[in-house]
Amino acid sequence: MGGLADAAARRLRSNPGAVAAAAALSAILVMTLLGPWISPNDSRTLDWLHIAARPGMQSSHWFGTDRLGRDLFVRTLAGTRVSIAIGLAASVISLLVGVSYGAIAGYIGGRTDHLMMRLIEILSGLPLIFFVIFLTVIFGRSDYLLFFAIGAVGWLTMARIVRGQTLSIRQREFIEAAIASGAGTGRIILRHVVPNVIGPVIVYATLTVPQIILFESFLSFLGLGIQEPGASLGTLIAEGAGEMEAAPWILLVPGSFLAVLLLCLNIFGDGLRDALDVKEG
Amino acid sequence: MIRYFFTRLAGAIPTLLIIITATFFLMRAAPGGPFDQEQTLPPEIVANLQSAYGLDQPIWTQYGRYLKSLLHGDFGPSFKYKDFTVTELIGLGFPVTLQLGVIAMILALGLGIPLGTFAALHHNSAADYATMSLAVVGIAIPSFVVLPFLGLLFGVYLHWLPVAGWEAGSVRHLALPVIALTLPPLAYIARLTRGSMLEVLSSHFIRTAFAKGLPLRTVILRHALRPALMPVASYLVPAVASIMTGSLVVETIAGLPGIGRYLVQGALNRDYTLVLGMVIIYSTLLIGMGLLVDLLYAWLDPRVRH
Amino acid sequence: MVPTLSVDRLRISFSYRSGSVEAVDGVSFSIAPSECVGLVGESGSGKTQIFMAAMGLLGRNAQVSGSVRFEGNELLAADASTLNRVRGSQLTMIFQDPMTSLTPHLTIGTQLAEVMVTHLGMPWKDARSIAGHMLERVHVPEPKRRLNQYPHELSGGMRQRVMIAMSLLCEPSLVIADEPTTALDVTIQAQIIELLRAVRGEFGMAVVLISHDLAVVAGLADRILVMYAGSVVENAIAEELFKHPRHPYTAELLKCMPSVTGPRLDRLPTLAGQPPRPGETLEACPFAPRCPRAADRCRLERPRLEGSSTSQVACHFPLA
Repeated sequence: MGGLADAAARRLRSNPGAVAAAAALSAILVMTLLGPWISPNDSRTLDWLHIAARPGMQSSHWFGTDRLGRDLFVRTLAGTRVSIAIGLAASVISLLVGVSYGAIAGYIGGRTDHLMMRLIEILSGLPLIFFVIFLTVIFGRSDYLLFFAIGAVGWLTMARIVRGQTLSIRQREFIEAAIASGAGTGRIILRHVVPNVIGPVIVYATLTVPQIILFESFLSFLGLGIQEPGASLGTLIAEGAGEMEAAPWILLVPGSFLAVLLLCLNIFGDGLRDALDVKEG
Repeated sequence: MIRYFFTRLAGAIPTLLIIITATFFLMRAAPGGPFDQEQTLPPEIVANLQSAYGLDQPIWTQYGRYLKSLLHGDFGPSFKYKDFTVTELIGLGFPVTLQLGVIAMILALGLGIPLGTFAALHHNSAADYATMSLAVVGIAIPSFVVLPFLGLLFGVYLHWLPVAGWEAGSVRHLALPVIALTLPPLAYIARLTRGSMLEVLSSHFIRTAFAKGLPLRTVILRHALRPALMPVASYLVPAVASIMTGSLVVETIAGLPGIGRYLVQGALNRDYTLVLGMVIIYSTLLIGMGLLVDLLYAWLDPRVRH
Repeated sequence: MVPTLSVDRLRISFSYRSGSVEAVDGVSFSIAPSECVGLVGESGSGKTQIFMAAMGLLGRNAQVSGSVRFEGNELLAADASTLNRVRGSQLTMIFQDPMTSLTPHLTIGTQLAEVMVTHLGMPWKDARSIAGHMLERVHVPEPKRRLNQYPHELSGGMRQRVMIAMSLLCEPSLVIADEPTTALDVTIQAQIIELLRAVRGEFGMAVVLISHDLAVVAGLADRILVMYAGSVVENAIAEELFKHPRHPYTAELLKCMPSVTGPRLDRLPTLAGQPPRPGETLEACPFAPRCPRAADRCRLERPRLEGSSTSQVACHFPLA
């Protein structure tokens, strides 16, 4: 197991795109965490003297301000923080749900597996956004709904992959040995199945994070996500789109951040997939 | 072949029915009614509205009535746009969205497949890397970032194309939305085609085709293309879903009067019947697409037919 | 008289990320018109690569030097259109794996007819009709029906007959048959060899029959080339080779051929050891480690192919 990790790390390091992406991601992360301390502004203050000001070094508003005079630098960084936080948290949830679901289905097999996979098939049918819109209409906008919806992105693919891997592993001898030695089902799944599935899981988890961030931004952009005064990159972009002709930087700053964030996550995920040599399930 | 199609059709109808039923009952079971958003109305008026919309009947009756009206193509009245029925709204918006979506799909396939093939043929060259890098960009960056950026570049700075607005039959107004909508599936299809084409090109039957002295164009078009397109065929349904999703945002930003925009409005206004109707339309489209793809598989690979 | 195929000092190596591997190490021979040559060797001996190079089918990571002339014209540096004029019409190849060598989504008729449409400019209808006749000649039952079927509807033996038919459509001067029977049942193997013999009698073209099995080659070849680790170690007319093999490897191969008429053996004779992995070039005889007759000279000096027109051998101490 250790040898595989070393080989993979080496392959990853020799991939210039992945390395650059990782560097950019770290930079963004650092900026997000430290930025607010560097700037003299905060994200709530309305600076009436500098409404929709251009970016520049002269005033303290390096990235300019928005329609209400809020500093764009701090606001964007805050928005990035929100997007990343939601992305990671929801990814973890979708990871846990997906892996458990897939492992159980793959391990138990038979009718249970069949039924569980049927459910996934049906759920894959409709694009998630419609489902979310539908639920929003019924239950109104709530943060719980948002979280649930966002977590629902990606667990389907994860479950499918884990189930596929579990099925093939189940045949192998060491599982039979474990069963013969009297180990319980739960223990077997945890101790034997999971470590062997780690590779593809890591890759798809990494690729799920940008999907989730994208989905959350999408919802926020449409007005179905994070509500005021909290803001994620999606909300900021929506604001910016409205001000496009007069003050383009209000769009460009958060838009570029989101674009770079998603791009780097995707490139890194692809690099990871190549390094671990995982094929599409 | 025909029998294969009808078996699949028979399987699709129950799925659709399940979706319709599930959405219907979920809607009715939801807390709050469609009128709760408005200013508080006197109870008699509420009762009148309820009976006018048939909401005071037992739920099974409502279900039955809904199904019946569905068969007549009647989705019921819109709760928000009081003067319109959902059917009318769909009638207004659907052609716009359809235009947008069909053009995007055609472009995505028509450009993506050749691009992917080109990249595969020039494997590991600068052109290959360039194309694939662009593909990553297309896949990663969402349409609601791309469209405003494009609008900024081509609309505000260069003044070549209008940023928003709609005129029936105007190509200029469609240009930017179509581009934004096409990019993600185009990038994905290019990538899929490249990978698949590379695999197919290394198979034995392609070696035979070359050994027969067939020119490269013939080998690609007659022998390699159909097997290479299998993954693309599998992707068609997600592609349509992606375009549907993208159209929500693109129509909203560009102010296009399509059903995507209605759906978003419907969600924000809690317009039950509208959303219900939209969900049914979209589901039907996707299921229909699924059936078409099954037919496509049979054409691409004769082994499937037997 | 111009030989149909003339190979001169052909070297093929493949480059990988981990280094390069030499598959064919300076091979020279020629094939006369209408001659049937058997090319025998273990897998990895380079026997297939020679003809993949001739047909221009090697991958991009292959480095080829030397010369391969077909009816006097150099094939190796030829551009695509020149090569395409020759291959599939005058110079054709039958591959080892009939199960995967035909395009799954095209009918047999289309795959046969396109050869004539491309090379002879024939209209499709005529081409299909001629294809039907050719299927008859290779003894495919119900040829008209087969034309409209897909490869997966035919058995392995029938697919190989189709491949043979495909190679004959434009009256080639040379047909290369690369292990045509290896992937088939034993009973079908005999039928295919018989077919090749009949076809050769009818059409009179030169044939190269590549195999790892001397027995397959025995009935058909006029002349036999034995290859080992990327070079030709013996090149003799068939009779000579079987009666008086000169290279120790050839002798061992002959011993390994089970014979129906000979004495019943308790154990099949095998050759100890393994051939050198491709890429291990030595300044020594490649067969030395396994040769029962190896001496010091064999480990220090590479033997060269020498001899008369009927029998050549690359050995320092050939058998009498």
